[in-house]
Amino acid sequence: MAFDFLKDEDRIFTNLYGFHDRSLAGARARGHWDGTAGLIGKGKDWIVNEMKASGLRGRGGAGFPTGLKWSFMPKEETDGRPHYLVVNADESEPGTCKDREIMRHDPHTLIEGCLIASFAMNAHAAYIYLRGEYVREREALQAAIDECYDAGLLGKNAAGSGWDFDLYLHHGAGAYICGEETALLESLEGKKGMPRLKPPFPANAGLYGCPTTVNNVESIAVAPTILRRGASWFSSFGRDNNKGTKIFGISGHVNKPCVVEEAMSIPLRELIDRHCGGVRGGWDNVKAVIPGGSSVRCLPKSICDDVLMDFDDLSKHKSGLGTAAVIVMDKSTDVIKAIWRLSKFYKHESCGQCTPCREGTGWMMRVMDRLVRGDAEIEEIDMLLSVTKQVEGHTICALGDAAAWPIQGLITHFRDEIEDRIKAKRRGRVTAAVAAE
Amino acid sequence: MNKTLKLVVDGAEMDVDGNMTILQACEQAGAEIPRFCYHERLSIAGNCRMCLVEVAGMPKPVASCAMQIKDLRPGRNGEPPEVKTFSPLVKKAREGVMEFLLINHPLDCPICDQGGECDLQDQAMAYGEAGSRYHEPKRAHDEINLGPLVKTAMTRCIHCTRCVRFTTEVCGVTEMGSTGRGEDAEIISYLDQALTSELSGNVVDLCPVGALTSRPYAFAARPWELRKTETIDAMDALGSNIRADVRGRAVLRVLPRNHDDVNEEWISDKTRHAIDGLGRQRLDRPYIRHEGKLRPATWDEAFAHVVAKLHGLKGEEIAAVAGDLVSVEAMYSLKDLLGRLGSTRVECRQEGAALPPENRAAWLFNPGIAGIDQADAILIIGANPRKEAAVLNARLRRAWLNGAEIAAIGPDVDLTYPVVRLGAGPETLADAANLDWVRETLARAKNPLIILGVGAVSRPDGAAVLSAAMGLAESVGAVREDWTGFALLHQAASRVGGLEIGFASEGGIAKIYDDAASGALKAVWLLGADELDPSRLGSAFVVYQGHHGDKGAHRADVILPTGAWLEQPGLYVNMEGRPQLALTAALPPGEAREDWAALRALSAALGAAQPFDDLAGLRKALFAEFPRLAAVDAREAAVWSGVPAAEGGLSGAPFAESVPDFFMTNAVARASATMAELSKLARERRGTTLAAAE
Repeated sequence: MAFDFLKDEDRIFTNLYGFHDRSLAGARARGHWDGTAGLIGKGKDWIVNEMKASGLRGRGGAGFPTGLKWSFMPKEETDGRPHYLVVNADESEPGTCKDREIMRHDPHTLIEGCLIASFAMNAHAAYIYLRGEYVREREALQAAIDECYDAGLLGKNAAGSGWDFDLYLHHGAGAYICGEETALLESLEGKKGMPRLKPPFPANAGLYGCPTTVNNVESIAVAPTILRRGASWFSSFGRDNNKGTKIFGISGHVNKPCVVEEAMSIPLRELIDRHCGGVRGGWDNVKAVIPGGSSVRCLPKSICDDVLMDFDDLSKHKSGLGTAAVIVMDKSTDVIKAIWRLSKFYKHESCGQCTPCREGTGWMMRVMDRLVRGDAEIEEIDMLLSVTKQVEGHTICALGDAAAWPIQGLITHFRDEIEDRIKAKRRGRVTAAVAAE
Repeated sequence: MNKTLKLVVDGAEMDVDGNMTILQACEQAGAEIPRFCYHERLSIAGNCRMCLVEVAGMPKPVASCAMQIKDLRPGRNGEPPEVKTFSPLVKKAREGVMEFLLINHPLDCPICDQGGECDLQDQAMAYGEAGSRYHEPKRAHDEINLGPLVKTAMTRCIHCTRCVRFTTEVCGVTEMGSTGRGEDAEIISYLDQALTSELSGNVVDLCPVGALTSRPYAFAARPWELRKTETIDAMDALGSNIRADVRGRAVLRVLPRNHDDVNEEWISDKTRHAIDGLGRQRLDRPYIRHEGKLRPATWDEAFAHVVAKLHGLKGEEIAAVAGDLVSVEAMYSLKDLLGRLGSTRVECRQEGAALPPENRAAWLFNPGIAGIDQADAILIIGANPRKEAAVLNARLRRAWLNGAEIAAIGPDVDLTYPVVRLGAGPETLADAANLDWVRETLARAKNPLIILGVGAVSRPDGAAVLSAAMGLAESVGAVREDWTGFALLHQAASRVGGLEIGFASEGGIAKIYDDAASGALKAVWLLGADELDPSRLGSAFVVYQGHHGDKGAHRADVILPTGAWLEQPGLYVNMEGRPQLALTAALPPGEAREDWAALRALSAALGAAQPFDDLAGLRKALFAEFPRLAAVDAREAAVWSGVPAAEGGLSGAPFAESVPDFFMTNAVARASATMAELSKLARERRGTTLAAAE
């Protein structure tokens, strides 16, 4: 069955490439900020239920249903603590660059989403925590926020909805760990970006100890359109449990790397062939694909041939949709070295709070370093695998898992190559298989 | 809130408070959970990951120190949550964490002072694997400067952050923290100088590895070589419970013991490190002053000299003053001896505190030290608890952390928590009932507490200050059936014991000075008394009975050497009226005797033999006269018998700091090289302003 590609009229982000006017006037011309007060007028319960019905799963990587997350917030401010919405715009996952396109070219989708989501969760203030390196994005987003204040879309009686709402943009300092929701809250409070222990979850005690929801930029930015066009429209895309449209960012060895909004559950091969002009040197030249940003396990070509880009199909293959940042590697790639580079990244970005990650990321990187050179024993491959298992699941936050998975993917799918390299180093000559690459 | 929930630990069902953590519940169930970062008295960090346990239904192992029982979800059919502490998953997790902790930890146990009492060593034996799989280079860190008390070897650090949490939360000094990320994370002292806290030595006990060890004790001994004696501290009036570790005759170190109602498990740096003073300036044989100079003598010669000098004196011509470190038995024995000589002129208030011995509520820390935890508004008058009782100050700080409001009348000092300054002297106290803070906060508090420093009642107008403070306590409703919110903050370990046995006489030390100057007083017995002014004893014949060659000994005509507080058994009553028993940790040096034994021998020489031949006999007589003291570790509250009337009014002089130098408060501390170094550092620090503060 041929895949139904997303039609232009079904795109939520109509200015993803910045070809059009990104000002408020331009956004309004494209249908944003249309009837916002009306949506808010339908009430909190309607909004949350509609979000639940749409089947939207969080776009930050973990894929937790957004509507359900919103419903975890206390219904009323009973104990005097204000509620907060925090938008995670600390897009730091290697390979991921979808939120930046939203913020610099279509910022009003996000701002409108902030207002609606905050209303739905009883929050009068929202914070956008922006990645430190995103300087131009900050300028664009801040300009858009200022425009909205001037137009009365933010502030007292925002957009004529009767809801007072303030939106603040906070610029981070460039640490990957601050993209972890509780580390982000710590950083936002002015402390060192180190993840908190959960529970308590942010919905009970988040920013400044108040009920807080942390959402990804994309999850918030799609909300107004979902509410305008209806949950059933959004859920008409993708397979069950993987509904909606999604922004994919494809990089690496493809002819035309791009960021594109597509329907969920699109086959990986269709995505690359249709939007990226195919893999460099043709599909058969694929060696490995990391389908969801640096922290998920890579997939060999045999799986890439027919895997679908959604949460369930990728996790069936022990990988994940993550941030849908597809990293394509063709046969010219030294895949061991590629994964070593990711290990180095995680070693550098580990916050150092808890033991397995602090000690394990450096160990894994150093063993990987020797595997790249073939300067190791065959048994060390299994030792490395067991070290990754010792890190995985034993840490405070998911960075430990994220550091372990790429290596696990590598060993699962490319063990032959690692062994060949070790043997080649021993013998001083390369095998036919290695020589062919 | 305190809902009791059911929990299954290793197959056994139990009822637990829902607010407890899994770790606490498991301990209650008798299951041992290894841990490094978790400490009962600090906030939860959850970073070492050693305490991981398996909870049925959860995909990952859970950090048991951080997970509350109420957050666990029951099973599908409502069965109670199940925790497993020795399943294969848990074993694997612990081995994994232990391996990670060890990969960058140096294998230098043979040259590490923590060896033999190291959590990492013990737990590696119990939960670790035998071999190492780590073949990469190990990490090393630069040492940090934590001052003369704490020796660092930061390469051994496992980043549990106990020291950071302790200094920040308990000490209230934000001088330690961690910098760097990941592997490069380091625990540092921000200013690279000695910590300014009086409690800094406790980080050595808290450190689960050999990263922070005691510098004065460095390479002195291994723990299995030491004789350990559980005793009581005498460096301040708190009566901290301590353990003295001795090898041979030398006290090598002092460690805290846990007592929830007194010192919890902290001790001050003076308690811990003044012990090197026990080896210096010691009086190890009797001396007699001959032609203006002290010459060594035998006990018999010294006794003969004393007998000759006291011969023919009338009772009222002899007086005795007790010092800050002496036990109740020593004072009781001396009082008994003077009584046999016809004198009732005994005095323990050597600093001149105007405390009425008969009004017990006027000189006790009435709510008890643990009572601070209940206080929600505290007024400190003329005291600096940080220096007068450093560990107690940590409790005041915790009260503040828990929401208590604290104000002070007296010198403007940093108490490690914010204090509302009401004024500097008695004029504020006189008008206190009309102050906004007193009316709005103190008088409206549930459990108001007024803490009066002993320094404030040691002035000429001391009696008026005491009267005014106690009157204020009554007027703000601090004195009720169930709560006595007036507390006198003592500084000397022996003072409350002295007052309990009536080691005081009309007129106090001032009358002794006057009579000595006029010649009406012919002999003064100084029982370890060094904090009085010896120059005001006129031409009286002075016997100094004690252990250090300090102010009192310099003035003495005869010196009788006795043991210091770790060298003889004795009762000490702390400031809240809790009698506690100190034991002999080491032997007195040279010919020095126990205090009671020296007095008993002298009584025979004077022909007024005391009716007991051993300490047990002395205690029997003591307890018969003062039964309250027999109840060791039990605190009998004082009965509030009204505000004592005071002659004379309040003066205009502001309250001064009564402890100008925390490290130099008694003869032992003054003899200690460690205390001298700390004192010098503190003086230098006072002289320099931080760049940021300029």
